[in-house]
Amino acid sequence: MLEIKNLHVKLEEEDKQILKGVDLTVEAGKVHAIMGPNGSGKSTLSYVLSGRDGYEVTEGSATLDGDDILEMEPEERAAAGMFLAFQYPVEIPGVGNMTFLRTALNAQRKARGEPEVSAADFLKLIREKAKELKIDAEMLKRPVNVGFSGGEKKRNEILQMAVLEPRMCILDETDSGLDVDAMKLVADGVNALRDSGRGFLVITHYQRLLDHIVPDVVHIMANGRIVKTGGADLALEVEKNGYADLLSEEA
Amino acid sequence: MAVARKVDPAALARLDELTLPEGGGWLRAAREDAVQRLRVSGLPQRRDEYWKYTDPTSLTAAEPPSAALFEAGEVPLFAGEGPLRAVFVDGRFDADRSDDLTAEGVEIVRLDDAAQADIHWARDLYGRLEAAGQVPVPRPLATLNSALATDGVALRVTGRVARPIALVYLRADEGADAILHHLVKVEEGAEVTLLETGPGAARLNTVLEADVAAGGKLHHVRTQGRDHQRRMNTHVFARLGAESVFKTFTLSVNGRLTRNETVVEFTGDDAVAHLAGAAVGDGEFHHDDTVFVTHDALNCESRQVFKKVLRNGAVGVFQGKILVRQGAQKTDGYQLSQSLLLDDDSQFLAKPELEIYADDVACSHGSTSGAIDDTALFYLRSRGVPDADAKDLLVLAFLAEAIAEIEDADIAADLVARLEAWLRRRRD
Repeated sequence: MLEIKNLHVKLEEEDKQILKGVDLTVEAGKVHAIMGPNGSGKSTLSYVLSGRDGYEVTEGSATLDGDDILEMEPEERAAAGMFLAFQYPVEIPGVGNMTFLRTALNAQRKARGEPEVSAADFLKLIREKAKELKIDAEMLKRPVNVGFSGGEKKRNEILQMAVLEPRMCILDETDSGLDVDAMKLVADGVNALRDSGRGFLVITHYQRLLDHIVPDVVHIMANGRIVKTGGADLALEVEKNGYADLLSEEA
Repeated sequence: MAVARKVDPAALARLDELTLPEGGGWLRAAREDAVQRLRVSGLPQRRDEYWKYTDPTSLTAAEPPSAALFEAGEVPLFAGEGPLRAVFVDGRFDADRSDDLTAEGVEIVRLDDAAQADIHWARDLYGRLEAAGQVPVPRPLATLNSALATDGVALRVTGRVARPIALVYLRADEGADAILHHLVKVEEGAEVTLLETGPGAARLNTVLEADVAAGGKLHHVRTQGRDHQRRMNTHVFARLGAESVFKTFTLSVNGRLTRNETVVEFTGDDAVAHLAGAAVGDGEFHHDDTVFVTHDALNCESRQVFKKVLRNGAVGVFQGKILVRQGAQKTDGYQLSQSLLLDDDSQFLAKPELEIYADDVACSHGSTSGAIDDTALFYLRSRGVPDADAKDLLVLAFLAEAIAEIEDADIAADLVARLEAWLRRRRD
């Protein structure tokens, strides 16, 4: 589904290489996790895949079902089925959460040549999804993420994911800033979306989240490359021994 | 402070040439009084501190620059069954286009008719708030209006008026110069919504004097047309009694030059004034909001929210002052002026001021100028909202705080729809 080959990325503003040849394939129906120390390039990978400004791809490719996503605008990537759950969800005063989600959903549908969802159907859909994530109606009426707690923001990301139903979901440190209960709620939301047609790339520092979202494959990223790949037990090894051991072992 | 200043000889010569409108009963004396005051104040000049950011030349010139008529091609605002409409064409009342100006809870008369009665409430209001509003800063264009206004309405509100009253300003002549002066007296506990809409003339000068008695409520919503070349200067003078509420909102779209001055004085305790505006300009656009709020009573709340969206070299100006007099304790004063600059060519000039002589008050002000937030834009796009839609959404979001000051939800929704259309017309 998502195929990344020899991806090299540098910062546009300064001559700093962040990704130095990432190779990664996420198959439909699978959950891949990327772990790695600070500064290894995990978040950069998520930004480059979703189309944020400020990065320059110097080599390599990234395709979604064979289509070159790096050539697409962020909104085209979204319509193609990419979704990034932000590490720091953005507050947008003046834009209601419902308006935002409905605009996004219908824009994607329009781009794919599908009919728009009516106001009534949308209301029904969002109420149902919000209930599962314990998001109350009041939160839906408020401006996007404004005044939301850290946990509410992350749940709101998962709500967007549930409503937009992307095929390729990237979660960038979705566990950061969450207490145990909130993490469980978020993980349940993600697990509910797991199915044979959908791929996940879960980026995290810690193994904790992976107790709840059990990955099929775990990659360790360091210094802009994937240095080790294994099963779910690799995450446990990181938890036990830290990155230093693993990395020195690789070197 | 009002200081005697040297009046420009050219301005004096211009004053000598002024011809006061015919007739007018007691209005004649009020006009002559205004002329005398003008002789002292002179007309605004570029070198005046209060006109530092806005060139008054075209507003004070004997003849207005001509302005092409603009065909908006959309349903006029405040049309339909709702409001009671008083229509002015190039500054002249047009009875045929107006509704029958009678409604429960309000007396509406034309200024001329009010002037025919020796004893009339309007006599005690005309030019009075305007004259009081000349201190500490002179506002000679308002005085000029008191001297020369040829038309206007006097509204006395005695109850809760169900229908909004709309003053509709149409244009017919490319070179028309119009001066309108309106009076509103809201009696104790009475309530009215006053709407103003349209460009009015190539050059329009309006004064609205509003006296709101204890417990009275005045809601004022104004739009200034879409004509690109029109010039306008307006003054709203409001005197607020105890526990009264005054809310005013102005939407300005296009216009070569606009200067909207709002002067509010709290004279009774526990009153509320919300002054707000949204202005959007593209290219040849200069919009100036100048506000002066004087707290001279206990526990009053004033709130200013002015937002501007500027592109292609458009210029926005905000001069806002909150003056809290000695003894005006428990004052709650808030002032926000912000601009969203859609490119590097546009400009926002702001002068927020607080002057406080009481020690138990809460006053704050904030003024910012910035571009569209890239992070928010990316967030929206990453969810599938196309770039142009996302930008429009963020522009409307920026204006939302000002729009939220409009009491009537239907009017607010209508104005938002027009702003959306304005943005859509400007997509690259």
